[in-house]
Amino acid sequence: MHTDTPFPVDPHAVNGKIPAPAEHYGLVVVGAGPAGIAAAREGAAAGKRVLLVDEHPVPGHLMGTDVPLFFGGRMTAATQNPGRMIESVFATLPELEAAMEDGIELLLGTAAWGVYRNGPAIGTLPAQMLGLADAERGWMVGFDELVLATGARDLALAFPGWNQPGVMGAGGFAMLVARYQAFAGRRIVIMGTHDLAVETARLAQEHGIEVAALVETRDSPQADVGNLPLHTGCVIAEAIGGIDGVKAVRLSDGTEIVCDTVVQAVGAVPAIELIDAMGGARVMDPVRGGWVPAENGTVRCVGLAAGLPDTGFNHMAYRAQWVDALGAVSAPDTIVCQCEEVTRADLIGVQPPNYLKRPPAMCARSLDTLLADGPPNQDQIKRLTRAGMGQCQGRRCREQVSLILGAVSGKPVPLASHRAPVRPIPLKILADWEEDQSMRDGWDVWFGIPTQWIPYRDIGTDREKQHQDVIGGNMSL
Amino acid sequence: MSKQKVIVIGAGVTGLSSAWWLARQGVDVTVIDKGVVGWEASGRNGGGASHYQSPLFDEEQRLWPQMDELLGYPTEHSRERIVIAVSESQLREYRYIADMCNAMGYRVDWLDSQQAQEAVPLAGENCLGGMHYRFGGHANPQRTVQAYAWALQDLGGRIIQHSPVTGFETAGGKVTAVNTSTGRYEGDAVIVAAGPQIGFLMAQLGVEVPLAAARAEMIVTEPAPMMPLGGVDGNGLYGRQTLRGNLAYGGGPHEWIENSAQGPGARPSSPLTRNLARRLIELLPKAGNLNVIRSWAGVIEKSPDGRPILDRMTSPDNVVVATMSGVGFGLSPASGHAVSDLVLHGRCTFADISKLSLARFEGLAPDWRERQGWQALA
Repeated sequence: MHTDTPFPVDPHAVNGKIPAPAEHYGLVVVGAGPAGIAAAREGAAAGKRVLLVDEHPVPGHLMGTDVPLFFGGRMTAATQNPGRMIESVFATLPELEAAMEDGIELLLGTAAWGVYRNGPAIGTLPAQMLGLADAERGWMVGFDELVLATGARDLALAFPGWNQPGVMGAGGFAMLVARYQAFAGRRIVIMGTHDLAVETARLAQEHGIEVAALVETRDSPQADVGNLPLHTGCVIAEAIGGIDGVKAVRLSDGTEIVCDTVVQAVGAVPAIELIDAMGGARVMDPVRGGWVPAENGTVRCVGLAAGLPDTGFNHMAYRAQWVDALGAVSAPDTIVCQCEEVTRADLIGVQPPNYLKRPPAMCARSLDTLLADGPPNQDQIKRLTRAGMGQCQGRRCREQVSLILGAVSGKPVPLASHRAPVRPIPLKILADWEEDQSMRDGWDVWFGIPTQWIPYRDIGTDREKQHQDVIGGNMSL
Repeated sequence: MSKQKVIVIGAGVTGLSSAWWLARQGVDVTVIDKGVVGWEASGRNGGGASHYQSPLFDEEQRLWPQMDELLGYPTEHSRERIVIAVSESQLREYRYIADMCNAMGYRVDWLDSQQAQEAVPLAGENCLGGMHYRFGGHANPQRTVQAYAWALQDLGGRIIQHSPVTGFETAGGKVTAVNTSTGRYEGDAVIVAAGPQIGFLMAQLGVEVPLAAARAEMIVTEPAPMMPLGGVDGNGLYGRQTLRGNLAYGGGPHEWIENSAQGPGARPSSPLTRNLARRLIELLPKAGNLNVIRSWAGVIEKSPDGRPILDRMTSPDNVVVATMSGVGFGLSPASGHAVSDLVLHGRCTFADISKLSLARFEGLAPDWRERQGWQALA
């Protein structure tokens, strides 16, 4: 062999097997709210090819698992009609029409589920790309610049009875009332009295929905609540259920209030899933609603996704107080993670799910024993307890688990990581049905190193060559 | 005489199992890790435990059914596996493997298309047949790694997390202490089981251990109805249905990366997620409507021939190098036994592992990675 022979390329390595997307944009904007539309129009005015995507309206079956907002099962049958939903979402935001007139390509009902860029430990991508999916297909688009205007998500908090239809988040409520026009309740109790809670109450009243009470764990309202009915110094101790879910709540001061819906408005969480899942930097900013994105180069966040408006209010301290108070009224068997049915006791005890045995040594383990090894780690506890591992992708419990673990351990607990796809996407939609032939040709179960699976006794014998010829590297583990 | 003290570098599955085996034999063990127990590929992998190619196979098979009891913690171990083919070439390969295993005395039953579809309810009519391993199985990686760690602690062993190794102290041809960012640990012997960082650590001791790091990916779906046997793969995938019902599968091209003594800077997944999704539907067509809810990547190390390196060094002579070359989880009950033997007895007492010595790479070209086409892209 000549020394100038070019080195080979491992045929089973990813090199070159992931092609550049067919479509490439100067700017892609995720989220067609006011901030997203403004960013898209600005890009179009600068002469860029702009794609604006928004996941709303989301498919009815996803709403049932509280994706992307905490809908709490309080949507009307109208949400099962995609045509009507598209119309409603489009009609309730007039700026969308102006954006289209600017030449912006608009895709509604299209979820963005992953951002991919070259960086540490990945160098194979021919372009920066964003994964998209609608009800029919999944695909990738390339971009020069990506703006995430993904808004804020609901902060969900557990208490006895919260895991039944009729307990929802302020974001889910606003979406159903104002955009989908498909809210199924009539009389609500609101948790919280800060800006979000007051906005929620006003929105309800504008739409003829009765506000039975605002409930505040602190001794005074946290914003001007006007003459809204108010209960301070208490929390909801139980949501009392009937055949259609919530029919009343009992407060920790003993008051019972008839309602069909509890709207959790203690806090909103900047929607950082995409930036976190791509490995982007994030920082904790209590006055801006928790974890917010840091500088991330060609990917930037605008609007609420970049952080809530800084009014000087410490959201994290407020949430921690709520979590403490709700913890105090919650029995150990109160479910915290609805998908995986993880109770408060099992979370704090770091116990495995019920389908596994709990021998004495296991029962003796707890958050305390884990903390003896090092700082609390929500991802580790997630994998041991399964809290946050379910089909809602931790939307209903990621933040509160972090807060509960923080309260119990007395230490800050960094939020468990997000993973792509950041929306649940069916296999058949996610699948690349047009994959490059090189992917098919080079596919191997595990590295394709011809020598790695040779039975030990045959190493160095004539049989080694025979095995290599037939099975090469392509074996099952 | 005071107890023998052993330092294990790396709280991955191989290091923890080695430490646990030593602690069971009365050794004073300290495991040091740069991060958290089982945080890298040890805690996130296919969970398979059916490695008939390995000299440790018999011990692996002997131990797994006992592991929950021996450790005292649940590992989610489940017995047996089924591999199904959806192409003629897979069918041919699997038949060859089935014959090869049967010839070695490890029973594999052949399934025709009908039998395979009955055994694997999520399979479809594209299933051409398959093989049923009457051995092996799978377990939950994260739970198992944590079980080793806890069982070790229950035996008096220590785990020091968040403490990257900063250097070694040597005297008289032996390592006498390991320095870390948080403290100094003296020992009579050292096990270097730091996965992709082994090469960097051993270089500090003047020993070259050829390993290349790569990134590999997996996807997970929401729970599916439970199949009678969860250890199902094929079609170029490895993985399993977990006891919760999720389908967790990986496979396909890896990416060779540059690593450093500090470990990988990130573990990004890629659009390969979509190719994995496609193959999973081909394998299990009735799973097509299931939502994918996660993907992840892990960084593993590979030796030039893809085989483990389990060896006690000659200089310093109290150091054992332990890498399973990216196939470590399933074999861990046995690899820990072998490594503890190397520490205590200088040789593996239950199997011949001489072909896994470091010496086989003597004379390897310095640019072996490039020559094998294993150049890093990042």
